[in-house]
Amino acid sequence: MNASVSLLVAAAVVLPAVVGAASLLMLRHRLDMSRLVSLGACLALVGVAAALVAHASGGTTESYALGNWRAPFGIVLVLDRLSAMMLLLTAGLATVVMTYAVATGMDRKGWHFHPLFQFQLLGLNGAFLTGDLFNLFVFFEVLLIASYGLLLHGQGPQRLKAGVQYVVINLVGSTLFLVGVGLLYGVTGTLNMADLAVRVAAAPAGDQGLIAASALVLTVVFALKAAVAPLHFWLPGAYSATTGAVAALFAIMTKVGAYAIIRTGTLIFGEDAGAVAFVAGPWLLPAAIATTFIGFIGLFAARGLREMAAWSVVGSMGVLLSAIAVFSAEAMGPALYYVLHSTLAGAALFLVADLIAKRRGEHGDALTPGPRFAQSGVLSGLFFLAAIGVVGLPPLSGFVGKLLILDGVRAAPAAAWIWATILITTLIGVLAFSRAGSRLFWKSAEIEGEIPVRALRGRVVGVGAAAALLAALALLAVLGGPVTAWTEATAAQLFAPQGYIDAVLGETSGGRR
Amino acid sequence: MTMELLVASAIAVLTAAGVYLVLRGRTFPVVLGLAFLSYAINLFLFAMGRLVIDRPPIYDKAAEGYTDPLPQALVLTAIVIAFGMTAFVVVLALRTFLETGVDHVDGHEDAEGGS
Repeated sequence: MNASVSLLVAAAVVLPAVVGAASLLMLRHRLDMSRLVSLGACLALVGVAAALVAHASGGTTESYALGNWRAPFGIVLVLDRLSAMMLLLTAGLATVVMTYAVATGMDRKGWHFHPLFQFQLLGLNGAFLTGDLFNLFVFFEVLLIASYGLLLHGQGPQRLKAGVQYVVINLVGSTLFLVGVGLLYGVTGTLNMADLAVRVAAAPAGDQGLIAASALVLTVVFALKAAVAPLHFWLPGAYSATTGAVAALFAIMTKVGAYAIIRTGTLIFGEDAGAVAFVAGPWLLPAAIATTFIGFIGLFAARGLREMAAWSVVGSMGVLLSAIAVFSAEAMGPALYYVLHSTLAGAALFLVADLIAKRRGEHGDALTPGPRFAQSGVLSGLFFLAAIGVVGLPPLSGFVGKLLILDGVRAAPAAAWIWATILITTLIGVLAFSRAGSRLFWKSAEIEGEIPVRALRGRVVGVGAAAALLAALALLAVLGGPVTAWTEATAAQLFAPQGYIDAVLGETSGGRR
Repeated sequence: MTMELLVASAIAVLTAAGVYLVLRGRTFPVVLGLAFLSYAINLFLFAMGRLVIDRPPIYDKAAEGYTDPLPQALVLTAIVIAFGMTAFVVVLALRTFLETGVDHVDGHEDAEGGS
């Protein structure tokens, strides 16, 4: 690996860490400065991630040995197409969310928003890059600890209540993660993911039961993060209770679970793993189908727009995981496209819900008719587009994503189930969002009067941030060809894990400049 | 054999106590349950390096053999994280109680009022 790439890989982790610490220690009382630094760091991360994507498009997997300790003894950061894609998605989303938070002034509602935000990015980037299972646990903890702080940002009884549940369930999840990691280490004697892949493939028949058990325990943990039924109960409460900007950023958090399932499922417990090959698939698929139904039916149970957005995140995770659980290259490419789409669409809906809630005064985001509010014309348009994106209707990328998934899973034995699930739940989603939209905008139009315009901060930029996410959805649909070509190549790379293993273990000079 | 049995049953008892307490309705038992679970996991991780007596984990000229040092490092990391998280959960539970007046994890008292 050449020096500039290893610098960039390290920068993706080091930059948010340094900026987070600096803004905590030096910029505590200088809000303007810490906003500037935070935004600058987000933009720099976009640049870093874009350069890494450009490099990863070459198809090579790069491994960077931290402290120059050689794998499998040291910890490695590994850059392949999937991690590069997730880095770019995270950085792009973070920039928009940060702009929104600064423009609407929500970052001044409590302490330490900017350091927490940067530590959140540190955890996310680290989790996407690390090539070591225990290190993945550590980065999970980093991103969770930051997310606890962000979730509670601004406080209030409702948020604290949801916070306690969120923290407790994630702590239990972390405990289970350690069980899985410990089991795997006890059997194979390594924690480096590439080395694990080699050793799991070579494991004697007597050890395969334990390996399968650890694979399934790890899948439960990742499914908890990804809010797969029946482990989804924490999500609607937590996401709808927090501030709009934080919830929008959290749209990427569930994808960390999906990422970990993809990474371990294709690398460690992949094709070559013998009896434990894709052991999670048969368990994950029914759960994913149930998640899709629960998520979209949950839209009807929602009392407010933010709750709807939270349930739609659950639903989209179901769609995504039913494509992932098939564990075939044909279905994985569309799934990765859907990762991009569902993250941006979920975040857009959270921002739109927040914009609407702020302008409706005492009505908030409740799905009840109320008088007209400021910018209701623009916002109804944005809501319409976000709903189209989330449900998956043309012309936005949700439609493309779902269509690709339907096409990708055709060869799977459970194809009929997945088809039926996606098609029926899309109809349910259309109904739920039409109901919400007509209550919020059409029935409201009949009510006399107008909610007085309060002094709103960031009227233009706030709306612009939500519009930018929706524009990204449109762009994703317009650039469907190149993007799907990219995700298909990524899927092919995932299902040929030898390249990853060679990059980490093969070169003795790995990471040396 | 006896040591294996002792360690295994200690982990089992700690886990059982932890799971029971985590499923309680009030935050205090839940916090204790999380602590029990993390103890159980620390022991479990430790045992994953195999149970060895009187062997050094680091290089020693006089040593006949070694015990696996890596699980010890993992346990150390896990202890630090669990310690920090326990402190955080205690503060969070306290703050929630002070703001809402209820220390029930659902945020409302149940009919019997028991824990």
